[in-house]
Amino acid sequence: MMDVPTTEPLEIREHIVEFVSDSGEGAQTAGQLFASVCARSGAGVWTVEIIPAEIEPPVRSRAGASGIRIRFGSEEVTNMGDEADLVVAFNEQVLYSRIDQGALREGTVVVIDDVWATHRDESVKAAYNAAMEDFAERGYDVRPMPLDKETAKLTENTRRGKNVWVVGMLAAWYSMDLAPFEDEVARIFNRKRKGQAVIDANHKMLRAGHAWGQKNLPVRLRVPVEAAPKPKVVMNGNTAVAMGCMAAGIEVCSMYPITPATSASHYLAAAFDQAGGFVHQAEDEIAAVAFAIGASYAGKTAVTITSGPGMALKTELIGLAVMGEIPLVIVDVQRGGPSTGLPTKVEQGDLLHAVYGHPGDAPKVVLAPSTIEECFHYMVTARKLAETFRTPVIVLTDANLATGQAPFDYPELSEDWLSPPIDQSPWSGSTRPYEWDDKTGISPRPIPGQEGGQFVLTGLAHNEKSHIAYESALNQHAMEMRSRKMAALRASLKPPPVVGGDDGDLLIVGWGSTRGAIEEAVHTMRAEGVKVSSAHLRFLAPMEPGLTEIFARFGKVMTVEINYSDGDAIDIDQEGRRRSQLAIMLRSATLVDVESWSRVPGQPLPPSMIIGAIRDALSEDA
Amino acid sequence: MYGVKTDWFEPSPGCHYDLEDYESLEARWCPGCGDHAVLTAIQRICRDEQLPPHETVVVSGIGCSSRFPHYMKTYGFHGLHGRALPLAEGVRSRRPDLNIFVATGDGDCCSIGAGHWIHAIRYNMKMVVMLFDNNVYGLTKNQTSPTSSHGQRTNTHPRGAWLQPIDPIQTTLGITNASFVAQTIDWHPAHLTATLRAAHKHDGLSFVRILQRCPHYTDDIFDFARNDASKILLMTHPDGVEVPAAVAKGFPNATSHDPSNIDEARRLACGEDGLPIGLFYRNPDAQRYDLFSIEGLATPRAEKIAAVRRVLDGYRV
Ligand SMILES: Cc1ncc(C[n+]2csc(CCOP(=O)(O)OP(=O)(O)O)c2C)c(N)n1
Repeated sequence: MMDVPTTEPLEIREHIVEFVSDSGEGAQTAGQLFASVCARSGAGVWTVEIIPAEIEPPVRSRAGASGIRIRFGSEEVTNMGDEADLVVAFNEQVLYSRIDQGALREGTVVVIDDVWATHRDESVKAAYNAAMEDFAERGYDVRPMPLDKETAKLTENTRRGKNVWVVGMLAAWYSMDLAPFEDEVARIFNRKRKGQAVIDANHKMLRAGHAWGQKNLPVRLRVPVEAAPKPKVVMNGNTAVAMGCMAAGIEVCSMYPITPATSASHYLAAAFDQAGGFVHQAEDEIAAVAFAIGASYAGKTAVTITSGPGMALKTELIGLAVMGEIPLVIVDVQRGGPSTGLPTKVEQGDLLHAVYGHPGDAPKVVLAPSTIEECFHYMVTARKLAETFRTPVIVLTDANLATGQAPFDYPELSEDWLSPPIDQSPWSGSTRPYEWDDKTGISPRPIPGQEGGQFVLTGLAHNEKSHIAYESALNQHAMEMRSRKMAALRASLKPPPVVGGDDGDLLIVGWGSTRGAIEEAVHTMRAEGVKVSSAHLRFLAPMEPGLTEIFARFGKVMTVEINYSDGDAIDIDQEGRRRSQLAIMLRSATLVDVESWSRVPGQPLPPSMIIGAIRDALSEDA
Repeated sequence: MYGVKTDWFEPSPGCHYDLEDYESLEARWCPGCGDHAVLTAIQRICRDEQLPPHETVVVSGIGCSSRFPHYMKTYGFHGLHGRALPLAEGVRSRRPDLNIFVATGDGDCCSIGAGHWIHAIRYNMKMVVMLFDNNVYGLTKNQTSPTSSHGQRTNTHPRGAWLQPIDPIQTTLGITNASFVAQTIDWHPAHLTATLRAAHKHDGLSFVRILQRCPHYTDDIFDFARNDASKILLMTHPDGVEVPAAVAKGFPNATSHDPSNIDEARRLACGEDGLPIGLFYRNPDAQRYDLFSIEGLATPRAEKIAAVRRVLDGYRV
């Protein structure tokens, strides 16, 4: 950025902005305000929360950094991107936490509160001055600004007002109209049930920041946007899951709190009753899934929402749902594992557990939304599949989708999405409760209350009447029937679309939240003439068809995943190499020598990292 | 029939459902197992109360006693070891119209499912919970259970159980929001049936511990009381479990116990006055979670859509 005053703003396609502060200083609220207005204007937006490592961290500490990253641009934004273009830091210590995370690059503009330069505590002053030297050395474009001093003109408690002042200042920087910000401020504080006085005070702050920016900023930027043709909603993936549950007509959400899944249940708890739903906070994850299974057995659609450690506890009961053929939706918002692992961080480590992690053969559907919008819609899909195929359906999201926010088209809701009313008409006496259709394995399901439909559901091996039966041939047949449902569903699936070219040197295969970053990397590399494409799987069990044929068109196939695999650095033979989870599944399904490139950084993979992986994969060949 | 004197039961005029309507596969418990008597009692209560079999659900965990649902011609759910209660709570949560009975063993309820037991009592959702307490793991062949008595020889403690047993009644009486806590015995069909019938009539979760013999491993554990009825303390009260005078006569040691008196209930549960049977405690006003969980049940579909739209509008940009 040049310090030459211009009248015309500089046009840019996109920018990555971060707000970081001590927790309690409202950087997150400010960021959300900024992001909402961007989305409303029609810009593409992706936001990522920056969450402090502790609940009540000390002020001016790295552990206390709280805030938000907003990537916004003229086109759709599908991931958090690489390093930030501009960071607003309320103090230098919280900025260090972002530096530690690799969020800044040379040239990143750093807006920092200059209040610390004149702080009465010498040690604070010294820390600030040392940091300023260090930042300059690191090549950041450092802009100390009077955040605190200017806010102090309007309020006694600057910790409460700074955030909105900064938003006003940025509105000037990015040449945005102030009116939509004023509207959004009113909306936010109305939602929090604050009075008009609070709204007025924040409007004043906003205008003051804006005026200061117009007067003092040497350069102004502009991200050109076209108004969105359709109305949009902005939310994070957990909210989308919760809204999706409601739109699917799910009636019971039975859960036990666990990060990063809990907030989905919070949203439901706040609104579910309006749609006639009920949230049960059970005594543990086992009880949570058992409760959901009981409700479903009794004809009510149910969901249980959890994360890895909770999935582990639910394992036995999910097996029961497979065996008893009980429709059930299970959402696993994946976090870093194993064990308690990285509670707030992203990982795609539960795939094999979801697909195979049950004693015996327990076929079930496993889906993975790849966007926040899909988090919403897949709940409807999952509910329908669960009922149609009389099976548990696991929906794998992750901490990245859970806390990232992005706009998507306002869903056109339909009554068809709701679960059908429960059938209480008399049961046709001759129909058996597991009268498996030979082709599809599907059988009609009696629901308590249906006269003549009485049967005893059991997790023990059983015949079509649900009578306990251990005969060899019968066990073989029942296993086949439960497995056949997966084959029947697979027959209705389409091959995944290939992004990029239909053939080439390298095909990247991914699943879940990495899609945006993978596709961005593919587009960037293709623009350089590299023959790379990508395919993204939404159905992991059964797997989408046509993979062998697609893989054959590429010189090399490699998965990109956020889970562990032995990298090349380790001296280990190919046979003993521990591979990433999707790669294991693809190798077994296609017999293609699918490579894996996977990392467990505890954060989403930025496009640049994937570009590096693509380069390495292709240079190995050369 | 089934060795039970029929004149202990009220006649059922205009009877629509007969006993056969509740009888399914032949019970495969060992001869002499106390579970047979409980099955008979429940089938009779269902018949007497004319519970429509298709509106009745028996939920169980895993264990010998948990085979119970298979022998009833109602709906049934033979679940997982320890999980009968949360499964039954789920069934109950949105189905106020169903009659729910739960069969659970002392291992099922007091060991692997102990966490659920505490919370089920607190939730107090309408259902009859029958704890088949034979002081041993039957199905898995003679391991120590949490209710095995000190010194009881089992395959896991061949030199005698080292720990003192949990008393399920004292434990349940200690849980907040308990609403019906009773104890009965498998060898006295009249008392068994009267207790289970009172449990069924209670509006809330009725917890009934049934002292039950396993003919293989614990056949003689209650001999002291079976051979000498004076070792039993019969608790009676107009608000409790009432047995006909002729039956009461068989228990020389009887007391009138007001089941609203929890302090006295806890004292009696300690067993100093004899092995107590009857109703310890009943609180018809205890909060019922199932009255909360059914809220919104009748929400029309159009209203559901409208609600989703309202919520989505809050996120609209
Ligand atoms: C998760 C799990 N652990 C262990 C078992 C094995 N198991 C089945 S029944 C049982 C104990 C049964 O004892 P109890 O609950 O007292 O019932 P009873 O057979 O005496 O009626 C055990 C340990 C199991 N089925 N599942």
